[in-house]
Amino acid sequence: MSAAGPSQGTRPLAARACTWLMTGALLLAGCTSAPTRTASAVDPLEPMNRTLFQVHDTLDRVVLKPVVDVYTAVLPRPARTAVSNFFNNLDDLWSAANGMLQAKPQKAGDDLGRVLTNTMFGLGGLIDVASSAGIERGNEDFGQTLAVWGVGAGPYLFIPLLGPSTFRDATGTVARAYASPIGYAEDVPLRNSLYGLYAVDARYQAGDALSVVETAALDRYTFIRNAYLQRRRYLIYDGKVPADKEEQ
Amino acid sequence: MQWRFPLCRRLAALLVVAASLLPGLALAQEAPDALVKRVSEEVLTLIKSDPQIQAGNQARIREVIETKLLPHFDFKRMTALAMGRNWRSATPEQQERLTDEFRTLLVRTYSGAMTQYRNETIDYKPLRMNPSDTEVVVRTAVNKQGGGAPIPIDYSMAKTPQGWKAYDVIVGGVSLVTNYRDEFNNTVQASGVDGLIKQIAEKNRGGK
Repeated sequence: MSAAGPSQGTRPLAARACTWLMTGALLLAGCTSAPTRTASAVDPLEPMNRTLFQVHDTLDRVVLKPVVDVYTAVLPRPARTAVSNFFNNLDDLWSAANGMLQAKPQKAGDDLGRVLTNTMFGLGGLIDVASSAGIERGNEDFGQTLAVWGVGAGPYLFIPLLGPSTFRDATGTVARAYASPIGYAEDVPLRNSLYGLYAVDARYQAGDALSVVETAALDRYTFIRNAYLQRRRYLIYDGKVPADKEEQ
Repeated sequence: MQWRFPLCRRLAALLVVAASLLPGLALAQEAPDALVKRVSEEVLTLIKSDPQIQAGNQARIREVIETKLLPHFDFKRMTALAMGRNWRSATPEQQERLTDEFRTLLVRTYSGAMTQYRNETIDYKPLRMNPSDTEVVVRTAVNKQGGGAPIPIDYSMAKTPQGWKAYDVIVGGVSLVTNYRDEFNNTVQASGVDGLIKQIAEKNRGGK
């Protein structure tokens, strides 16, 4: 095993899972028939996506949500916030890299500043000192980098346990899973615990938004898809979506 | 009789001043950003000081929303926006019922979201507008307690004879109103405008 980085055999589990899911999605996509009347231009795979959404919903109800409920009950709020901050700190590092790939030195600098500040003065990322100091998160990722480079979103994709995505954003997710420092942890039980905690925290952080969806949506599948696509457009254009790109 | 004169004079002077101010007041409506700030701060203060809201009393929260927030929203325009091209195919009576049900749905959503937050503060971004503008976007950011990224909340507002009114709320880049467009359209295509009214009414009466 080389010291330079993980070999194929030690590739992060999440990265491998993503690759398999992508492959599966592509295969399934090949099987779906011609678009139905309800399928819109952004979601030609709607019948398949709705099935995957059902699968996700069941998994969420039976496994993820109960686990997060226990997590919320057992851990006091400051501890949960510390966990969120820890993973957000890793995301900020990824955001900094993508800010650079998109030639946004200001954002990349802010993100890098955040990571350094929070890692050194925030107990290794457990406290978000940088936000208190007014340094905003860049919120960049590889899906956005691809978009800035001119790659189209491709069909909308709902991936069980990972949530709403597009072919482009799923590619970004795979890239992030490969790059994630968690995957480079030598200690396997530690690494797997971190993956587990990461999933729980992600669901925990999405909790507030999901309970709003519960009340607001007439059809949760459509509501989540549209909110996701709107949010991605907003992030890609850093909050300044041109008028002609609003309706896609 | 001596004392009456200065009083009368003062009263008269006051009336003159008031009379000269009135038309000015009627013409110069409260600026949209000032309105958003005033109403937001009023509601925030209420949330923090009301023990019933702190305890999660949904009825009380809805009451606050209905009395403090609703007068500043243009629900007919919101509903038209969510309906898109289907709006014109609805009769005026259907439009009214639909607006009523959609208003209830949005109030339920908003009050549900409000119970989640405690002690947040709001930053109000400076608004650059011309005196002749009739449509503006007022930008704010909500800082949640305990750190974390602030959530940007923008209000699309239009000038009406009754003052500035919001017709869309955009949370983190997601327009709450246009987000409904596909859902509304799907239902209208499948079961007509009445089907949509029925669907939202059922959702509103549901326990959630």
